[in-house]
Order: sequence, then structure tokens, then C-alpha cells
Amino acid sequence: MVTDRTKLPVLGVDPKFRFPGVERRMLTNGVRLWSVDHRHTSLITLLLLIPSGSAADPLARPGLAALTADLLDEGSGDRSGIEFHEALGRIGGHFRTEVTSDATLLSVTALARHANEAIALLVEVVTRPLFATSEFTRVRDLRLHRLTQLRQVPAVVAERAYLETLYGAHPYGHLAIGTDTSLRALTTEDVAAFHAEHYAPSRWTLIAVGGGEGAEMRGLADQLLDSVPVSPSADAAPPSPHGPPDPPPPRDRLVFIPRVGAVQSEIWIGHLGTTRRTVDYHALLLMNMVLGGQFVSRLNLNLREDKGYTYGTRTVFDCRLGRGPFTFQASVQTSATADAIRQVVREISDIRDKRPVTPAEVAMGCAALTRGFPRNFETAGQIAVAVAKLALFDLPPNYFSEFVRRVAAVDVAEVTRVASVYLKPEKLVAVVVGSRAEVLASLSNLGFGEPVQH
Amino acid sequence: MDVSYEKRTLDNGLDVIVHEDHGCPIVAVNIWYHVGSKNERPGRTGFAHLFEHLMFQGSEHHDAVYFHPLQEAGGALNGSTNADRTNYWEVVPPGAVERALWMESDRMGYLLPALTAEKFRTQRDVVLNERRENYENRPYGLASMALVAAHYPATHPYHWPTIGAPADLRAASLDDVREFFTTYYHPANASLVLAGDIVVSDALRLAEHYFDEIPAGPSVAPVVPPPVQAMDGHPPLVLEDRVEFPRLYLSWPSPALHAPGDAELDLLADILGGGASSRLHRALVHDRSIATDVSVGQGSRELAGLFTIVATVAPGHTLTELDTVISVEVDRIAVDGPTDGELERARTRVESDFVQRQQTVGGFGGKSDQLNAYNVFVGTPGYFVSDFDRYLRADCNAIKAAATAYLMPKRRIALSVVPVGSATVALAGSTCVNAS
Repeated sequence: MVTDRTKLPVLGVDPKFRFPGVERRMLTNGVRLWSVDHRHTSLITLLLLIPSGSAADPLARPGLAALTADLLDEGSGDRSGIEFHEALGRIGGHFRTEVTSDATLLSVTALARHANEAIALLVEVVTRPLFATSEFTRVRDLRLHRLTQLRQVPAVVAERAYLETLYGAHPYGHLAIGTDTSLRALTTEDVAAFHAEHYAPSRWTLIAVGGGEGAEMRGLADQLLDSVPVSPSADAAPPSPHGPPDPPPPRDRLVFIPRVGAVQSEIWIGHLGTTRRTVDYHALLLMNMVLGGQFVSRLNLNLREDKGYTYGTRTVFDCRLGRGPFTFQASVQTSATADAIRQVVREISDIRDKRPVTPAEVAMGCAALTRGFPRNFETAGQIAVAVAKLALFDLPPNYFSEFVRRVAAVDVAEVTRVASVYLKPEKLVAVVVGSRAEVLASLSNLGFGEPVQH
Repeated sequence: MDVSYEKRTLDNGLDVIVHEDHGCPIVAVNIWYHVGSKNERPGRTGFAHLFEHLMFQGSEHHDAVYFHPLQEAGGALNGSTNADRTNYWEVVPPGAVERALWMESDRMGYLLPALTAEKFRTQRDVVLNERRENYENRPYGLASMALVAAHYPATHPYHWPTIGAPADLRAASLDDVREFFTTYYHPANASLVLAGDIVVSDALRLAEHYFDEIPAGPSVAPVVPPPVQAMDGHPPLVLEDRVEFPRLYLSWPSPALHAPGDAELDLLADILGGGASSRLHRALVHDRSIATDVSVGQGSRELAGLFTIVATVAPGHTLTELDTVISVEVDRIAVDGPTDGELERARTRVESDFVQRQQTVGGFGGKSDQLNAYNVFVGTPGYFVSDFDRYLRADCNAIKAAATAYLMPKRRIALSVVPVGSATVALAGSTCVNAS
């Protein structure tokens, strides 16, 4: 049969999606153990969620949460850091730490036949870190060196200035790695105190995803009962469901940071967004798909596919416990800097009124979000991260199973409404990292006022 | 670790490989063209990758950007180019497999009628911006280019980077696109994998339906590299860049992908630089604090490999100190070999990484991509177990022998990447190289 090339094949029925069942147990020591039987791999993924991240840094001590997490595997129990990593190697394991603004995520992925050892290692580094002075100093110095190196990474330079501009002295106003001054002032006592306050087992959600031979979840739970100290009752504070309060309005609207000889300008533009609790979450996701959240979004088609200014752009509503930022980010060729900023402001304005979303755009965004939804839950790691979101944001157990229905229920009028409510062109701030000689003069007439130079 | 599959070669030479995995309601469509920057010629470098961008810009029967119909179908899609091959993939719901195959076959069979000068110019500008973002404006971004340029003579297909030279990209013409497509983009030079929630018989039938009509095309002669003279004491090189700390790159010519010694050097790289308990991490970063980081890799490709050690100097120390300690450690393992414990850990990590990659059917490095890699490079899609066996066979003696055979001081090239204006901190006697 000859292929009909006059039209694209029609799409079949969308697959039914059901999020895997999460067995939730509250252990007597206060640990929430959430497990998912995922027999599709011979790996096990353990993910420990601690609901304190860089926003829990004391305002004068940015970097404390991340430094604490970084020191966990530098000596624990009776082991040196080297011995811990050798033990990890024997089980084909990887240990990772991630510190976001709202949470610290610690994970071990290992061969499932070594599941018991994997959980023992994770529990050991979290409950019995040594925080030896020698290791503290060494790791702190490595972080200081990293900070120095990051001065040459345009995206990080821009992000730091962007968060400072938007949030000022606010828990969300700094990068997790902190600052040079702060890291130099920190001590092992600060780290031990942070650990004691935030890492109490009663605040854990331990997520275990796996199920190959040797990885029976119940066995893991029993082992956990044995190895984790019961929390003193004083530690039993439940994680706070609310993030920090809103910051005061920004002082500066346009910040310019010179980078000698830069062939591109790194551009971050945005304003305060909203919290993960917003009832408009699904409508916002959909609106962002049209604006800048996918390849075929207005901003990427404009700046990349039409003008060739950049390799790619994106916008995101970073919905956190408190109000996270709404951000546009791109790296554009130097000569296109001012015009790119104009285009971004125009697209953000126009989607509110002059060129509201069309039914076709909403249908496209909805299809992209929903039809392929199951692929977000293929691996043990993906499932564990999803379960951690349920825990951190206190989402209902059926949240993911309901996602497709919720997004599909959003109509065009709703998307237009959230565009006009959540996008605020007059509140946008911009940070540009680029060539002073070639860019600075062009930034004066963009509606942001005179650029402030850092 | 074994991955079941069925393979059929269509009359036009297209290999079709199907793997069933009903764990998740998705299907991976993955297609490899056995062409990469190694097939380019000097003066037109970067072309294979620029061409990859044009493959997303529309074909005769769908003359528009390829993302719309596939994102509308709930698909994810991407492509990539390296020295040896170009791959394209979609991960779609089962109900969109036909659409993905329709589109892949349309751009394989009917790309040129949709090609315009405007699309070409825009994508060339996008690629120039990709180069600026990922290489020129990124610390140490040009080091790999300087290394391959030094290792391989000017006419060697690995002499130039896949991203190409800006002047070459600007010199490329529409005629080059037509010639490239005609030469390399046809069924006999391609391999198609369908993996995931699909039945073998359906997958084969659909592949045949959409691809059978495309003519086989001319056969592609294998790339035969010119001989590379064994180095005998190459002078060290220095490259100035916008970086804060000097970084040392030491690299040696090494076996090609799957050649004898490749797996041994892979394990050696892990023992020397994989994770916090590795020898070089301990020696440089942990015990002496003279480096901020170290990494080691056996970068093996179809025609040849490079074994590379990279370490960044901690403030207050020198590249010479790093070189001394690294050389001592390399000599030591070449003389004594690894310990049994080191080998066991390295093997276990390899096993874990194999399993990790097999967790997903699609994307870069997933099962569909790996089936194609094995099919294109060794002719057996299900080479997983045999591949892993290479690592089980490599014992301490074999690793020691590989270190001795390949990591000789006179065979290496040392490159210092230093802050602008600080060429004097490079290894003694270094020659300046330019990369841009």
C-alpha cells in the first residue's frame, strides 16, 4: 500500500495513565517511609527529602544548608569519607545531594541486590556525620574555589544578580552555594547546629522506589526502624507548609554586569511569581507553554526560529512553598541584546491583551503536557522525584493521576485570565551579562530606566 | 542485562530493529545515520551538525517546523551529531507512532524540496549561537578543540570539532546541503529502532509501510583516516581563556570503540578518576588539596580514541605540581596494576551504569539509542551482554598492560588552559595555540 503523504496520520487514543501506588508508612521514630513497587529495573532508588533548603540559611550565612549537605559524605559513623565512597562503589551506588530553596534531597541509587547496604549507607551519612574540622576546612575551601570559578560562568553570574535584584535580603535572594564572605565565616559548629535542627528523623520523608530481587520494601522498613534513632519529641515539628513571606519591591529594574570580550549576552528577565499552592497552577503551566515553556512557544519561535538570535530560550514559573520567580532566560548574540529584550517584554505584554492565546495554541500546549505525561514516570529516579513533590508540597495522593484531567479542563478564557493576572510587564526586572563596549549604550531606552552597573 | 530484539533489513537496505517493553505506555523511535563530522572535509567543517538542524525545518509533505505535529502528539524529540553519527529520536504515546514514522520517512525521502535559503541562513545563525553559548563563551570551552587539532593531522577526520569553524559555517552553501543529503541520507546508511509499548509484528509492518518506498541510494564508502604518526615527545601547549584557575589536560592516543584495550582503559579511567575514592581524586583533591577537581575518561570513537586526564589547579599551587603527582600515579598503576578491590568496584559501577541506561527506552543513551549504536558500530543490536563481558574479562593484569602500552609519557600531549595574560603559569616550554 502506498503511503498517503497528503496528510499526517491521525493520532490514536491516548494511553490511560495511573501513577503507581505509594505505600505510606509512619514509623515509630517519626520517619515517613513512602515506597513504590517498581519491578521494572534491577536498581533501587532511595530519596530522602528534608524540607529545609537554602531558604533555611540564616540571612547572614548564605550557603550553610548546601555546605551541610556537602559534608555528609566526608566521614560518618566509623568511616572516613573515602571508606564511604569505597562502600558505595561495591554496591554500584551513586550518592547525590541537591539543595533547592525549599528542600534538601539526598539520594542513593544502587544495584537492587545491595538494597540493604544502600539504605544503611544513606541512613549512616544522614544520622551520623562526623563534621571533622579537617574535612570541613577542605570542603569549605573547595566551595570557595568553586565560587571563584563561577565568576566566569555567565548564567550563574546573571542568576545571582537576578535573585538579589528580585528578592534582596530574603530567603530566596541568594544562590544555594552562598557567598565568599559567608563561607569564610562559617564554622563546624554552624554546620552541626544546622544538622541538628533540620535533619531530625521526624522531618524525613524517605522514598524508596525499586523492587528487583532482594529489595523488599518491608524488609527495608524494618531495617530502618532498627537503625534510625527515635527523635526526641522536641524535634517532632512537622514541616512548614508555607514558605517565606513576600519580599519588598525591587530597587533596581535593569542591572548590567560587564564580561570582557563576551560574544553573547546572558539575559534574565522576570518578576515575582506565585506559590505552589495557587489554585491556578494548571492554567499557569498551560499559559507558560504558549509563552516560553516549550520549543514551539512564542518566545522560542520568535528569538530562535525566526531571528536566529539564540540557541534557545525558556520561561518558567518556579512555584515554591513561598512565591518563587517567573523568569525568562536566554543567551543571545551580542548585537541582538537590546532587540531581544524588547521582544521579550513585548511577548509578555501581548499575551495578556493584544495577542491573547488562541484556541490552537492552548490545544497544542495541553496536548504537549498531557499526551506524553506517562513518560515522566518511566524510571525509578523519575518516580522518586515525583513522590518527593507530593511530600514537599503536600499534594493529594491522586495528584499525578488527576493531572491530565485538570490540565484538559483549563479553557482559553482561563489561560487568558491567568496571563493578565500573573504577568506584570511593569514589574519586570532584567539582568544582562555581556560586553560593556557593545551592549551597555543600547540598554537605556528599553523602558527599564538607566541600567545599574554591578 | 540482555535486551531482546528482532531485526529486519528492508530491500532498500534500511535496518529495522524492534524491542518490546510494555512497562510504560510510550514508544521510542530512534534513527541513526552513519554520518558525522568525520565525513566532512577541511573548509566545510561543522556541516553535518548544521545539516541536522535543517532536518527539523520541514520536508516536502510537511513543510514546517517538525516540532509542532510531534509536540501536539505528546512527543518529545531531539537529535544530535558527533564525529561518527547523527541521531534523531522521538518518544511518543503508542497512538502517535505512525505520525513519527511518517515524519522520519518524509525527511529521509523528501527533504530537499522543502529546503530554502531563508531556513538555511536562520539555522546557520542558530548554530553560530550554539557555538558561542557552549564553546566560546564558556570557561575552558575551547580546550577540546585545541586537543583534537594537536592530536590529529589536518586531513584526519577527527582533526576538527563537530561544531565546526565559524568561517566554514558561513561558507557553507545550499549546494553543500543538497550534496550532503544525496550522499548520506538514505536507507542503506541508516538504522531505525522502535522500542517500547509496541508489538514486534506491528512495528515491522509500519516501518516497512513508511520506509519501503525510499530508494536505497549510493553506498557510502567507509572513512579511512590517514596514518597518524606515533608521537615521540610532543611539546606542551598553552591556551589562554577567560578562566580563574589554570587547568591541565593530559591526553594520549588510545584504542577505538570496542577495540582491544578500550574496556581496560575505561576501567582504568574509573579507578583513576571515578568518584571520591579514586586514586587521582585522593592524591590531588583530598590528600594534597592541590587541585579543585579531576576527571578521567577513555573517549573512544569509531576510528580512534583519546584517553584524557583533566585537573584544575587549586589557588597557591601550580600545573607542574599537578603534572608531577599525576605522572607518579599513572606510572604506579602501570607498574603495579590496580588492586582486586579497585577492579571489583569499577566493574560493579560499570554494571550499575549499564542497568541505569536500560531503565529508559528512549532519548539519548536509552535502550533504543544503544540498540542502534551496537547495530551501527558492531553489526549486532543486542550486543549488551557481549559488551559487558569485555569488562568482566579485563583483569588486573590486562588493565596494567593497557596502562603500560598506552599511557607512555612520550605519547602524551599536555595542554595548559590558563587565565588571559598568564601564559607563564603553563607547563615549562609550552607553545601557544589559538582556538576560537
